[in-house]
Order: sequence, then C-alpha cells, then structure tokens
Amino acid sequence: MSALLEATDLRRHYQVRAGSGLFTAKATLRAVDGVSLTLAPGRTLGLVGESGCGKSTTGKLVLGLVPPSAGTVRYRGEALPAVGTPVWRALRRRIQMVYQDPLGALDRRLPVGRQIEEPLAIHEQTTPAERRDRALAAMNNVGLQPHQYDRYPHELSGGQRQRVVLARALMTGPDLLVCDEPISALDVSIQAQVVNLLLDLQEQLGIAYLFISHDLKVVRQVSHDVAVMYLGRIVEQGEAESLFAAPAHPYTRALVSAIPTIGPRRERLLLQGDPPNPVNVPSGCAFHTRCPFATPQCRAETPTLQPMANGRLVACHRVHEPALQVAA
Amino acid sequence: MLTFVISRLLRAGLTILFVMTFAFIVLRLSGDPALLIMSVDAPPEAVAAFREAWGLNRPIWEQYFSYIGHAFTGDFGKSMRDGRPAIDLVMERVPATLAITMPALALKIGLGIPAGIYAALHRNSMADRLTMAASVAGFTMPSFVLALLLVLVFAVQLGWLPASGSGSLDHAILPIITLGTGGAAIMARFTRSAMLEVLGQPYIRAASAKGVNWHRVVSRHALPNAAIPTVTIVGFMVGSLVAGAVVVESVFAWPGIGRLLVSAVANRDLAVVQAILMVIATWMVAANFTVDLAYGWLDPRVRNATAH
Amino acid sequence: MSAPLVALRGLTVDFENGGRMSRAVDGVDLEIAPGEALGIVGESGSGKSVTWLAALGLLPAKARVAGSVRLEKQELIGVPARVLEDVRGKRIAMIFQDPSSCLNPVHRIGWQLVEALRLHRGLHGKAAEAEALRLLDQVGIADARRRLQDYPHLLSGGLNQRVMIAMALAGQPDLLVADEPTTALDATIQAQILALLGSTRRDTGMALILISHDLGVVAENVDRVAVMYAGRLVEEAPGTDLFGAARHPYTQGLLAALPSLIGPRRRLAAIPGTVPDPWNVPAGCRFAPRCPVAEMRCTNVPPPARSVGFRHVATCHRQVEAGYSVWSLPQALPQAAE
Repeated sequence: MSALLEATDLRRHYQVRAGSGLFTAKATLRAVDGVSLTLAPGRTLGLVGESGCGKSTTGKLVLGLVPPSAGTVRYRGEALPAVGTPVWRALRRRIQMVYQDPLGALDRRLPVGRQIEEPLAIHEQTTPAERRDRALAAMNNVGLQPHQYDRYPHELSGGQRQRVVLARALMTGPDLLVCDEPISALDVSIQAQVVNLLLDLQEQLGIAYLFISHDLKVVRQVSHDVAVMYLGRIVEQGEAESLFAAPAHPYTRALVSAIPTIGPRRERLLLQGDPPNPVNVPSGCAFHTRCPFATPQCRAETPTLQPMANGRLVACHRVHEPALQVAA
Repeated sequence: MLTFVISRLLRAGLTILFVMTFAFIVLRLSGDPALLIMSVDAPPEAVAAFREAWGLNRPIWEQYFSYIGHAFTGDFGKSMRDGRPAIDLVMERVPATLAITMPALALKIGLGIPAGIYAALHRNSMADRLTMAASVAGFTMPSFVLALLLVLVFAVQLGWLPASGSGSLDHAILPIITLGTGGAAIMARFTRSAMLEVLGQPYIRAASAKGVNWHRVVSRHALPNAAIPTVTIVGFMVGSLVAGAVVVESVFAWPGIGRLLVSAVANRDLAVVQAILMVIATWMVAANFTVDLAYGWLDPRVRNATAH
Repeated sequence: MSAPLVALRGLTVDFENGGRMSRAVDGVDLEIAPGEALGIVGESGSGKSVTWLAALGLLPAKARVAGSVRLEKQELIGVPARVLEDVRGKRIAMIFQDPSSCLNPVHRIGWQLVEALRLHRGLHGKAAEAEALRLLDQVGIADARRRLQDYPHLLSGGLNQRVMIAMALAGQPDLLVADEPTTALDATIQAQILALLGSTRRDTGMALILISHDLGVVAENVDRVAVMYAGRLVEEAPGTDLFGAARHPYTQGLLAALPSLIGPRRRLAAIPGTVPDPWNVPAGCRFAPRCPVAEMRCTNVPPPARSVGFRHVATCHRQVEAGYSVWSLPQALPQAAE
C-alpha cells in the first residue's frame, strides 16, 4: 500500500531568548525533534501527548504551515511544494485542516453557507448556483439543515459550528484532514455526534485523518494507529486498540493509566513532577527524569524507535527486559 | 536588574540625542534665523556680521557637532535676543511652570484615581454614570476652551479670581484647574477600566472564596494589580506636564517655560528653543524611565523576565 | 444517615442579561453528609458550578439567588456578608479550574498562604510561616521553603493547584468544593492532583464536592453522584449505581456517548440536539426535546423526583427499568441531529 503522507525525521526548532535587556542568551526550543510518520489513504493516525509535546506543531509541519528546520514531508510520493506557490495551493485542496475553536476559524460577518462555498470560489471556476448546490450537499453530509445556510456563526451551537468547518473542509474533496483537537471544546454529548460524523465521512469518502488530541479515549475511538509523543519525539507507535490495552513504553503506560475511567479500578502508574521545559530537554531519553525504570544508560543514550515482535514501535532501552514487565 | 537599568539608561540617552538632532534639523530647515531676527531690510553687512557672530556661516554639520558637543557640557549657547546663556533663561522659568503643573498633577491623581476606583466598585450606579459623563466632558474639551470658560465665569462674571498674570496664589488657581481637570478625567477613565478588568479576574473570586473580606479584597488583591496599567497613564501625564503647559501658560500669561517657548519660536531664538526642547525631552525620558522601574517594582512577572 | 453537613433546598439562581432573565439553577435540592465525597456532573450550562458559587455568595451582584442553603444550622442565603466571610475558607473552602489565574500574580505564594492562616487560624509571623511550610509539604511540594518566596507565574499549573489546595486546607474546612480542579491540567498531572485530593480527604476527614464534566474523574473519586442538566438535578445515586445502572435517559445518554479506553470499540450513541438556552427552556422536562422516550406529559409537565432504589433518585416521568438503556433502541441516524 502506497503512503498518502510520509514525513521523515521532521524537526522544528525555535530560537528563543532567555533573559532580556542588553545581554540575552540564545536557547533552542525543540518543539519537534525527529518525528517520522506514515499515513495510508483512508486511514487515521492519532497523535497524542500532553501540552508542549509538539503534536500541534507536527500537524502544522505536515501541512507546510510551519517550515521544518529539517526533514521532509512527502504527499503521494512527492515532496511538499513551497508555501504560496500555485502547486502548493492546488495541493491545499487535497489537505485540509480542522482546528479546536470553530468560532475562531469562521468569519463572524458572513453567513455560514457563504463560508462553506468559499474554497470553491478560490479553487474552481464555478457559478454561484453551482456553489450553492454543492454547499448544501456538503451541509447535508455533515448533518446541517438547508435553512442553516443563511445563519451566522454566532447563531449556531459549538457542535454545529464544527460541522460548518467540516463542511467547508470537504468542499474541495480532500483526501487528508489534519484535525487538531477538533472536539476538545465541545460537550460530551456533542463530542459523540462529531466523532460519529468523522467516522461516517471517512467511510463514505475515504478521507485519511491525522487526528491530534490530548483525549486518549477519543483518539482510540477514531484511530487505526496511534503515535504517542513526549517532548518533541514519538516514544511509541502502534495499532490503537492494542496500544491502549498493553502500552509498552513507561510514559505511555503512565499516560494510559492516568486516564480516569468508569468501571473497575486499574493499577495506576503515578508520575512524579511536571514534564521538563522543552527549552531544556533532558539528555538521553527525555523521559528519564520522570521514569521509574530509568538507568544510567537512559540518561546517556537517546533510544530510537525499534519494532517489537507484535509490530509495535517503541523508543525505550529497557522495554524488552522481563524485569520491567513484572514491575509494571 | 542592573542590565535592565543600564539598557534603559542607554535607550534614554539615545532618545534625547534623537530629539536634539530632530529639533536642530527642523529649526534650520524652517528659515534663516539671521534674516528673521534682523529685519528683512537690514543691510547685508549687518546680516553677515550676525551670521559670523553666531557661527551660522559655518557648514551645517559643523554647527551640528559643535551644538551637540557643547550640549553635553551643559552649554546650549546664548540667546540670540539678549545674549544670556539659553539654559539660564529656561531654568529660571522652571519654578513658575512647576508651580502650576505640580498642583495640577496632584489634582489629576488625587481626583482621577479615587473617582475611577469608586466608579468601578459601583459599576452602573448613578455615581458611576455621573463620573463617566464628567470624564467624557473633561477630556473632550480642549484646554483653551476650558480656560476661556473658567475665565468667563470666575474672572469676568463672578470677579473672584484674576483673569491672567502672575504674582499671587489667586493667579495660579485657574491655570491649575484648567490643567488638572482634563487629566483627572482621563485618569478616572483609565483607573476605572483597569480596576474593572482586575475585578473580573479569577484570583479576585478565589480571594473571596478564601474568606477575605471585600474591603481587603479590593485594597490588597485588586488595587496592586490595577496599579500596573494605571502607572503607565501616570507616567504619561508626568511626562507631558511641561509640554501641556504651553497652551495654558499662554492663555493665562503665566511666566513659565511654555510661554517662553512660544515667544522664542516667534522670535526664532534658536538656542532657547533648543534648550527648552531639550529640557522637555529629558523630563519625558526621565518619566518613562521611572515608569519602567515602577513596573518592575509593581509586577513580579516583569521583574522576573529581566532577572533570568 | 447522619445529619447533613450542607443542605440545599429549592436553590434557584436567575441572571439578568441584557434585560431578559434567565434561570441558571432551578430548584435544586441536595445534601452532603460530613466526610462524604459527592460528585456533580453535567455539561456546560447545567448549573453545576453556579449552584455552589451561589451557595457561598460568590456570584456577581446581578445574580438573584433564592431558596435555602444550610450549613448545619446556619442559613447562608440572604445573610450579611460578614456571616459568609466566616464560612468561606474556614468551614467551606473552594478551589477552581484554572489554578494559575486563581492565585494573585503580584503576591508571593507565602504571602497568600499566610493571609489564609491569619484569617482562619489567627497565626502570625514565625508560627504562620512554619504552618505554611507544613501545608506545602502536606500537598507534596518539594523545596517548600523556596516556593514560599516564589510568585505564581514561576510555578506550573499542577504546582499552583497544589498551592490552592494547601490554601484551602489552611482553614481546616469541613467541606472542600473543587470546581473542575483538573480540567486545565494534563492527564499525568490530573492523576497526581486527584490522588492528592483523595489522600487529603482521608487524612482530614473533610467532605468533598467534586464538580466535573468528566464522568471518569467523578467515577473514580466520589461515593455519590448528582447529575445536572439545564439547571436541574436529574439523577442522584451512589457512584456504582449511577454508573452501573443509570435510570435517567440523560445520564444513560452521557454514558453511552463516552468512548472507552478498554474493550472493543463500539459506535457511540450521540444524544441528538443541544442543551437549551437558559432563557428559552422547555416547559416540562428540560431534556424532553432530546429524549428518545419522551411522551406528551414530558413536554408539558416538569417531572417529579422519584426514588428508584436505595438513595437513588431520578427526576423522570418514564420509569426506565434498571439495566435497560433507552439509547440501545434503534435510533434515527445522527445525521438528523441538532
């Protein structure tokens, strides 16, 4: 199966100033530090991690919205063209983005129907009547009523606004949707509506999703594969259900065990302290400062993602040790 | 903190240098002082002698560097009118200007800040609406209009106070009120919005939830935070004190720097104008510098940003 | 069952907004026993936070609060500010969603802790500082002496929430109201804070009200749960009963809408429609327009609170049987939603 999207060793470093006044020391913030991922057509890759782990930046790198410091992004085998070029604009029809805050993504002064049509006006030669018909079709696809065509964003609920954003993204027939926390601002009952909608759209239209979220339960619900990020790197990647059922990396284990659930109590691996500042990433394995299993080797050497017997990719020196399995 | 102070001082020095340069260029571009000071029909020899005496015949950049160089030693040249050192002329007017601007500043702060706090604490009450209406009136009215109104009422109609001049405390009252009212109105408005902003913050509700009584929530939790944006406005007002006196001093014939500036400009007395601009600029820069320091003192977030 | 520590009776909160009144809380009856952990669950606009802000008199002046809130024998509604000031922090403490903005940015952590200690325990100087150190230690803050000198912006969200908890403990309250205490925090930090709240409760014996939109958070940390919808209480039960055998269609819907972390994935049952606007609530049961089993009377008559099991109350006309979910019925496609 050929990849729709292939990112190799993506890095995004920011020069930040430490201190102010006359003398400022330059420091490097490693937002994304060597991320590789592959996404097949019609599939969903979930990207999870806590705030500051670089998952949103990864999404922007994949879209070309942020230029990488190093690494490449290939779409259908071709390198991503430079931002702003006609080739890039054509490509952007195929790759769309959905953000957390639908109100921020919409223009308050325009009826939502007009906003849904907008991508057509930009990308295609169409008559107003055609555009309206296709907008109404897209609205129907995402569960909006035709009479809502003339509504303004503030007249709709949060869930309906996110449907508008989705309808607009669908207008150009994309085959990849980068969703950055698309349902985090919505209430539980509305989240379920949008999750179901995303799954239905994938089934009908064969769209692939890069689904970025801090909500592990939602990511598990929508993803085929999941990548777990910590301080700019992927620490574990694998098939969604098995990854959450039997996480291998100590961080993934702690993260999964930290999620409160309904039902029988599970063993909890409680981490000490806060994640380190991404300006000052620890040496070796970045997780060693909070890892209950860290050894001197973990402090010195950075582990790389290695395949395990079940096909899972894990970046941990000690993951194969039987002692570790028992300790958990 | 030390690097912070040094960098601000350097910046202040640059600002003053920039103002001096700007004043120099503008004044030289706006006409030949020799022709303006001598009369137009003065004999050419006299004009040439005047130029020679004041160094106006030297190349412009030479004049510039000599001016800057002397300025650094405190020498701003001599008044082209009466030959006395320009800086002396200016400095002897400073007390008169301070005599009306300082009480006016006290009025702005002493009236504006409490009014703003009161209005914020009693939002949408009658008192709030009155204060805000008064403040709109206060800062939309140009100071010369207010000055003339005050003169009409208190000097012409009621005859309580002199219309202009100096020499007694009575003479200072109308200029002080004119200068202070508009500023007090601006102050009240800014204080009110700063205070409302702070009162809406989660830490105010958290302080109440902790059991702190409302009086203490306002005085110890809200005010220190509202002081941070308010200081900016106070700094701006202190900075513009001298400049703001120009119009009022002219209207009331008050013998301060402002009036000196108007007459020096009219007379093309370059050295005096430059000395005054220099004094005003230094004053403003010093006020801004104080505000920056006050920020660091009031807001730990600023302090730490400079410490790391 | 012992006498309640706090009892709400017919608590009602109205807000005046641009000339129209809207009812945020509508006749809530609720009790919490000494030492009990009660969870309040609901979506935005359910009134779950407003209820407890109203109980402590912390709502802005434009809110109209009616009904009764009793702390043991002391009425808290309509009493002078002085009475409430003695209750807040000392008898009932409260912590909030965004800890970093709940601490005053211009005062040191130590100053803010000592303020609470002086207020509630009359401690000053060295004694207050020693107690502040002990409290920071109790909430698991390392290097407490240095932290006393720090300002809130230097601390992470998790550490600030620990400080907030320490400050709440300063008054040795009988009840801690925690309003979405971990919503702004990352998952691993949330686990730390919830573990801390649990151990603190065991150590001090104080009662806890945990307000959250996250059913998982509530399920793991309380004994009893109350579910609110559009300003009303819809169901109330011991945690195991509520999560195992919910009887109100809304509670059942919330549970069915929640993806799970383990087990096979199933399609989520999405509750159609949205929460009604507070100025435009249905006349009868407020959930009726979204309920799959609503009848005529549901639309017209507000349902009564009915006992459906041991300490299990559901406010619903339809007496849905235990073990049966109204959401497992074949439903209209979610396309028709909203």
